[in-house]
Amino acid sequence: MQHFISPVLWQFLIKWLTNFAIFPPEASSIAPYADALYFFLIFISAIGLGAVALLVITFSVRYRQSRNPVATQIEGSTLLEATWTIIPLILFMICFVWGALLYFRIYSPPPNAMNIYVVGKQWMWKIEHPGGQHEINALHIPIDRPIQLTLISQDVFHSFSVPAFRVKREVIPGRYNTVWFEATKPGVYHLFCTQYCGTLHSQMIGWVYAMKPEDYEAWAAGSTSGHSLAQSGERLFAALGCNSCHNDTPNAHGPNLARVFGSRVQLQNGQFVTVDDAFLRDTILNPTLHQIAGYAPIMPTYQGQVTEDGLIDLVEYIKQLDSDYRIEQTIDNSASQPVQTGATPTGTSAPALPPGTVKQ
Amino acid sequence: MLPKVSYLNKEYGLKSWLLTGDHKRIAVLYMISITFFFFIGGAMAALIRLELLTPTSDLLAADTYNKVFTAHGLIMVFLFLVPSVPATIGNFLIPIMVGAKDLAFPKINLLSWYLYVAAGIMMICVLIFGGVDTGWTFTTPLSTHYLNTNVVSAGLAVFVAGFSSIFTGLNFIVTIHRMRAPGMTWFRLPLFVWSHYAASILMVLGTPVLAITLVLVVLERTIGIGVFDPSKGGDPLLFQHLFWFYSHPAVYIMILPGMGVISEVISTFSRKRVFGYTAVAFSSVAIAVFGFFVWAHHMFIMGISNYSALVFSLLTMLVAVPSAIKIYNWAFTLYKGSITFETPMLYAFGFMGLFTIGGLTGVFLGATGTDIHLTETYFVVAHFHFVMVGGMLMSFLAGIHFWWPKWTGRMYPEKISQLAALTTFIGFNLTFFPQFILGTLGMPRRYAAYPPEFQVLNVFSTAGATVLGIGYMLPILYLTWSLKYGEIAGDNPWQATGLEWQTQSPPLTENFVEIPIMDHEAYDYEWLERMQRKEVASV
Repeated sequence: MQHFISPVLWQFLIKWLTNFAIFPPEASSIAPYADALYFFLIFISAIGLGAVALLVITFSVRYRQSRNPVATQIEGSTLLEATWTIIPLILFMICFVWGALLYFRIYSPPPNAMNIYVVGKQWMWKIEHPGGQHEINALHIPIDRPIQLTLISQDVFHSFSVPAFRVKREVIPGRYNTVWFEATKPGVYHLFCTQYCGTLHSQMIGWVYAMKPEDYEAWAAGSTSGHSLAQSGERLFAALGCNSCHNDTPNAHGPNLARVFGSRVQLQNGQFVTVDDAFLRDTILNPTLHQIAGYAPIMPTYQGQVTEDGLIDLVEYIKQLDSDYRIEQTIDNSASQPVQTGATPTGTSAPALPPGTVKQ
Repeated sequence: MLPKVSYLNKEYGLKSWLLTGDHKRIAVLYMISITFFFFIGGAMAALIRLELLTPTSDLLAADTYNKVFTAHGLIMVFLFLVPSVPATIGNFLIPIMVGAKDLAFPKINLLSWYLYVAAGIMMICVLIFGGVDTGWTFTTPLSTHYLNTNVVSAGLAVFVAGFSSIFTGLNFIVTIHRMRAPGMTWFRLPLFVWSHYAASILMVLGTPVLAITLVLVVLERTIGIGVFDPSKGGDPLLFQHLFWFYSHPAVYIMILPGMGVISEVISTFSRKRVFGYTAVAFSSVAIAVFGFFVWAHHMFIMGISNYSALVFSLLTMLVAVPSAIKIYNWAFTLYKGSITFETPMLYAFGFMGLFTIGGLTGVFLGATGTDIHLTETYFVVAHFHFVMVGGMLMSFLAGIHFWWPKWTGRMYPEKISQLAALTTFIGFNLTFFPQFILGTLGMPRRYAAYPPEFQVLNVFSTAGATVLGIGYMLPILYLTWSLKYGEIAGDNPWQATGLEWQTQSPPLTENFVEIPIMDHEAYDYEWLERMQRKEVASV
């Protein structure tokens, strides 16, 4: 066969036959559900389009001028028009409800999910595991375990998309977005940036490595930087002098941060809010925005002084402050030890600056 | 014989064209300039498809590719699709169809064309002086803080083009309200007029929001006011809300006038009144009204609250219903008709098929759960092009062929134009259908380079674009030819009922010898017959 057609075309055909996909792999627990709705939509589209095609073709043949020289004038038909108003409406409503159920599921992480932070920047993905594993354009995850991603951009809009998992979430500067999934099949899957983000948008791609739990454990143990995010956060907390006010002494200027994560606090304006990642990030950067009741608005802004990675470290640290003992220990540590600058990927090259702060 | 005096030969000389107040001459001016920009935008599309022939970015560097798709989007959306049918065919026909001598504000109509030309020249300058790479969506903070290209001038070009569109819309609204001939009640208006009325409302109410948004982008970029900048307390999502508040209704601005063309064409070539006139008329208005409340379906994955996504998804489903009504009403217009298959009818059939696919794939994206996987991929690109190219461009070509005898007094050559219609249809499907599959596989849009497993489908798409390109070149050639050599058309070559067919081709500058008196419904083919048998007086 290859003697009769050009070699280039032959190669192309071979490539086509061996490398041709029309449907992405289903590698997450949500993927079969997403695909079920997708196929339902294809089904109703086929019916809708088929009905139009059937009507147009039948009428064109039956009532062509050579066969039907004189048209019969018809005003319309309320019954027929009601039919093709109500049937599509019902079908679309089914799609709406079905789609909404799926949507709420994809964007409502279960409470036991393992949280991984993702920072998007032009043009790479920085992945921060709580255990201190830092990756670029790669995400290692265990299968059969819900994974929640907390995503933020340090510059423009990006979008985190894993087609094999059927999930996607915009990665926006200034706010944490979340998405979750549970991988079901070990494998390596594409990770794309799908929001146009400038010159090398099409290079902002990476791989998701879904691994068996034991393989994941081995990877995690071998890839850690040695400092968990909370440990990095603890050092940053001390280096920025946060503990001079947030120190749980009777005369402290700032609220005690132990067990504050997840609690409800009252603001100056009487409103109650739940302390979550976004709240902590906002109060570090813009303290007066959510002034806690009972405290003077004296906290300075840390806007421009802490990187997104550093903010994540701080948030992780505060999340884990579950006893007063920990914060006292932080104070002791910072008082007795000079700030140690470890060679973590989040660190800067200047040795005087702790990791996570911005070079001034 | 062509009529001795018509709008084309009443006056001669460049000045008589450039300072004209005649809506028909302005329509001709618009037609020439829009065709010019269509082919510039088309050349950009050709570059995009050539680049995507291979997985690596080899023909164009990444930056160049980004500028090319931005130029394609900006030119096609703001300088072609938005003004295409309304400013050309609509401009020519609205006054004649309502039985008026001209639009309500002829000078504003001319100003609208000059603004369009100014916007076009600005856009050309943007391209010549280095281009712009924001994407047609101007997404902040990329556009405001991170790009070194001509963002401000591109934004201003779109700003100016917006005013051209507002003036056209304003003119149509006033004309349709105030200048209908005696006896021309609202429910005797051709559906073409109804759909233009709906589109005009969107133009007048929506476009100012785009103008405000672009001004904010320019201010943010130049003096850093921080409305969209989170580090200054601004909200980057606000830009998305404002931009789509215009840009979603804008797709209805683009498609509604096209739907008007299809109503006229299908009725004429099946010699039968449009099935359920009132339903088709009100579905245009319903699309215009609902169209304003669905914008956030562009933002389902962006982190708006789950509940607001719910509301916008529901409204999106509702806006799909009037389109479905229209499609089935058109299909039933054929029932017991006496159908012939001239070129405009072929394009109209093409529209019905492609628009149905475009509309139904819109439901995939309106359903929040599937939107997560499909949005920002080639699925969206394919959906949008099915609606805009498959729908709008098909109806534009249907309209050009249908009213060509009225504009020029001469017929286009039938056989070759049927061939062109068929070529366009085949080329279109080959170009854009593979993109639905690419999108389902997850290929992101706006990629200069892509993983190699997507290549096969991209090769199909590029091959299809070549066929499509031929389909678009053909009409330019034979329509130009027909200006001199086409058969003389006569007043009413299609035996259609609209008022525009009851006057000479090409029409007089004043459209009618005397103002017509409308004494029958739209699409009244029995009246037409009686009139031709001289049983009743002509209008």
